[in-house]
Amino acid sequence: MQHDTARSWRHKDLLDISQLSLEDVLLILDTADYFQEINTRPTKKVPTLKGRSVVLFFAEPSTRTKTSFDVAGKRLSADTFSLAKSGSSLQKGESLKDTALTLQAMRPDAIVIRHEQNGAAEFMANRLECSVINAGDGRHAHPTQALLDAYTLREHWGMMAGKTLCILGDIAHSRVARSNVILLNLMGVNVRLCGPRTLMPYGVETWPVTVYDRVEDAVAGVDAVMCLRLQLERQQAGLLPDLREYAARYCLTAGRLALANAHAQVLHPGPINRGLEIAADVADAPESCILDQVAAGVAVRMALLFLHLTRKG
Amino acid sequence: MADLFIRGATLQGRTVDVLVEGGVVLDVLAHDPARCIEAAQVRDAAGLVLLPSLVDVHVHLREPGLEYKETIATGLTAAAHGGFGRICCMANTKPVNDAGAVTAFMLGQAKKSHPNGPWLHPIGALTMGLKGQDMAPLAELAEAGCVAFSNDGLPVLDSERFRRAMEYAADLGKMVIDHCEDPFLAPGTGVNESALTARMGLKGQPSVGEAAQVARDVLLAGYLKLPVHIAHVSCREAVELIAWAKAKGVDVTAETCPHYLCYTQDAVRGYNTLAKVSPPLRGEDDRLALIQAVNEGVIDFLATDHAPHAMHEKEHPFEEAPNGISWLDTALAKCWELVRAGVIGEERFVMAASTGPGERFGLGVNRFRPGDPADIVLFDPDAVWTVTPEALHSKGKNALCLGETLRGRVVAHYLAGVAVI
Repeated sequence: MQHDTARSWRHKDLLDISQLSLEDVLLILDTADYFQEINTRPTKKVPTLKGRSVVLFFAEPSTRTKTSFDVAGKRLSADTFSLAKSGSSLQKGESLKDTALTLQAMRPDAIVIRHEQNGAAEFMANRLECSVINAGDGRHAHPTQALLDAYTLREHWGMMAGKTLCILGDIAHSRVARSNVILLNLMGVNVRLCGPRTLMPYGVETWPVTVYDRVEDAVAGVDAVMCLRLQLERQQAGLLPDLREYAARYCLTAGRLALANAHAQVLHPGPINRGLEIAADVADAPESCILDQVAAGVAVRMALLFLHLTRKG
Repeated sequence: MADLFIRGATLQGRTVDVLVEGGVVLDVLAHDPARCIEAAQVRDAAGLVLLPSLVDVHVHLREPGLEYKETIATGLTAAAHGGFGRICCMANTKPVNDAGAVTAFMLGQAKKSHPNGPWLHPIGALTMGLKGQDMAPLAELAEAGCVAFSNDGLPVLDSERFRRAMEYAADLGKMVIDHCEDPFLAPGTGVNESALTARMGLKGQPSVGEAAQVARDVLLAGYLKLPVHIAHVSCREAVELIAWAKAKGVDVTAETCPHYLCYTQDAVRGYNTLAKVSPPLRGEDDRLALIQAVNEGVIDFLATDHAPHAMHEKEHPFEEAPNGISWLDTALAKCWELVRAGVIGEERFVMAASTGPGERFGLGVNRFRPGDPADIVLFDPDAVWTVTPEALHSKGKNALCLGETLRGRVVAHYLAGVAVI
C-alpha cells in the first residue's frame, strides 16, 4: 500500500491547497487514516522514514503546528531539527534567501516552514531542492490545517459533499479560512462565511461561498461551525470598536449553536480565546472537535511527510 | 559642410533626410536617394525610425548615497541607450536633495561622466528630508538647478502645507509634482487591492487612495489658479478626475508609466517582486482607461519612474521587497509594442514621451524644425533582443520585462548633434 501511494504522489512541495486535485486530497486523507491507526497503538513508532531529516523552520511563534510536525516526523523515525527565528541568523538580519541556501547546503529531505510573510513558503520552494511544506505563511495559506480540518469532518460526516459549514470570525486575516474555503469547496461542502465587514477580505463576493453578517443567519441549519481566533490587535487597527461588542455579536454561544443542525460539529484551529470568539461551554461541549483536530493533525502530517519523502522522481 | 547627414530615416511615416549643423537641426528634407551632401558624418538610416530624444520627467538615480543601486553615470548611460536625452531625477537620495549643495553635486557628477549628455535635471525636495513638514529651500534649489519640486515617494499629507509649497514654487516659476496617495488609505504595499491579492493574503492599496489625493490636488490647483503635475497615474478614477479638472480649465498635467500601460496586477502572481511598484499595477479596466487617456491627451506624458534596486533587495518575500521597476533601458522598446499595434499613435507617443514634457518643464524640445536642438534617436523597430541582466546598462536589473523578447532597439543617439552611443 505504501509503495503504491508514494508512487502516485507527484508534488515536490505543498504550498497551497489550490495546487491539489480532489484525488490528491483523498490520497492524503486515506494515507492519514492508516497513520491514525498507528497513533492508537501502544508503540507509536514505525521505521518508515528512518535516516530522513526534516527541518522545522518556524520563523513565527507556534506551539501546536510545530509540535504536531515534530511528533509526526518522530513517529515515522525521521530526524527532526528545529530552527526558530529567535536565536537564529534570521534574527541577526540574514535574508530568507541566505537562510534557504544555508539550509539547502545541509541537505535536508524536507523543510516545514512557518513564516509571517505571504509567499514565504513558495519563496523557499523556488530555491530549495528538497520538499517544502507550508505550515502557514502570513495571511495566505495553511494547507495542512485545512487538510486536518477536512480529515476531522470526514471522520464525523463520512460523506463530505452536500454538507454545510460556517466559518465564523476574522476571515480577512486568516490563512486557515483561505485554505479551508478552497479545500472544502473542492470536496463539495457548502461554505458560509460570517463576520463583520471590516474582517472580510476585499472581493469576497468572488469566492465560492455565501457571506453573512449575522451569526444567527449564518449558523442556521449548518452541519459544522469553524470559529477563528480573533487577534486582539484588530481593535487597535480600527477594525472593531471593542472586543466586548465583538463577543456580543459574533461569539459562538450555545444559544447560537442550537440554531445549527443537531450534533453540528464545532471546530477551532486554536489557540482559542474563551468567551471572545467561542463560549467556554461550547469549546468544551460534546460537539467540540477541537481535540480531534489536534489528533488528526499528527496523522495528516505523518501522511504528508510520508508522501513527500517517499515519492518517486 | 554639415556636421551630420542622416539619410532615409522614417519620421512619422515619411522618409526623410536630416541635416545637422552646430548642434541644431538645419533642415529636414523629403528623402532623395540621389541627394549628396558633404557632411562630417553621414548615417544611412534606411528602415530606422527617427525620433526626438525622449524626455523622462520621473526617474530615480540613487546617487548620492545609494550608489550600489545606480549612479548618476550608470543611469545616464542607460538613458543614452534607452533613447532618453533628458531625465529629471527625484529627490529621494541619501542625503535627500533638499539643499543646493546636493543639487550642485548631482549636476557635477552628470557633467563629469556625460559631458555631451544625456542631460540631468534634478527635481528638488518639496519638504525637508521629504518628511512632509517644513518646506525645503525652494529658491536655493531652483538657483542650484532644480527644474521642479516633489515629495515623490512620500506624499504630502498636510493639505495646507502642500498648498503653501505650491504657492511658493509658483513665485519661482517652477512646477510642483505630486505623488498622489493617501498614506493612510494606501500604505505602500506595492499591490492593488483586489480579489487576487485578497486570495494571496496581501494587503492592497485601493485605487481610491490615489484618486482621493488627485482630487485634492486638482481642487487646490483650480482654487489657487496654479499649475500642478500629477505623477505616475495608475487608475481610472484618477484619470476621470484629471479629465474633469482639465474640462474646468485647471492647469494640470499628468503622467503615466510603461508598467501601467503594458501590465496589470496579474503580474504579481507567484509573489513576483519585480512587479511590486507604488502606486501598484491595477486591473485591466484601469490599463485600458490609461491608454485611452494617453490617446486623448488627458494623460499628458509618459514617464518611466525608473527605480533601480539591487537584485538581492528584490529577492525577498513580497512584502519585504522594495517598490520599483528599472526602465531606462527598456521603456522605449516596450512602449513601442503599443505604437506598433496601433494602440497609441506614433505622433501622440512622441508628444507624450518627448515634446510635451520638454515644454512643460522648460527643457529643450526637438520638433525637427530648423533651429531645434539636434537631439535625435535612430530606432530600429525590427531589432529583436532578449532582456537579460547583461543587456541592461542600468545597475538596476529589476526590469519587469526581464526575460521577455522585445522588438525594437536604439541604434544611434545624438545629442546636440554629437553621438552619445
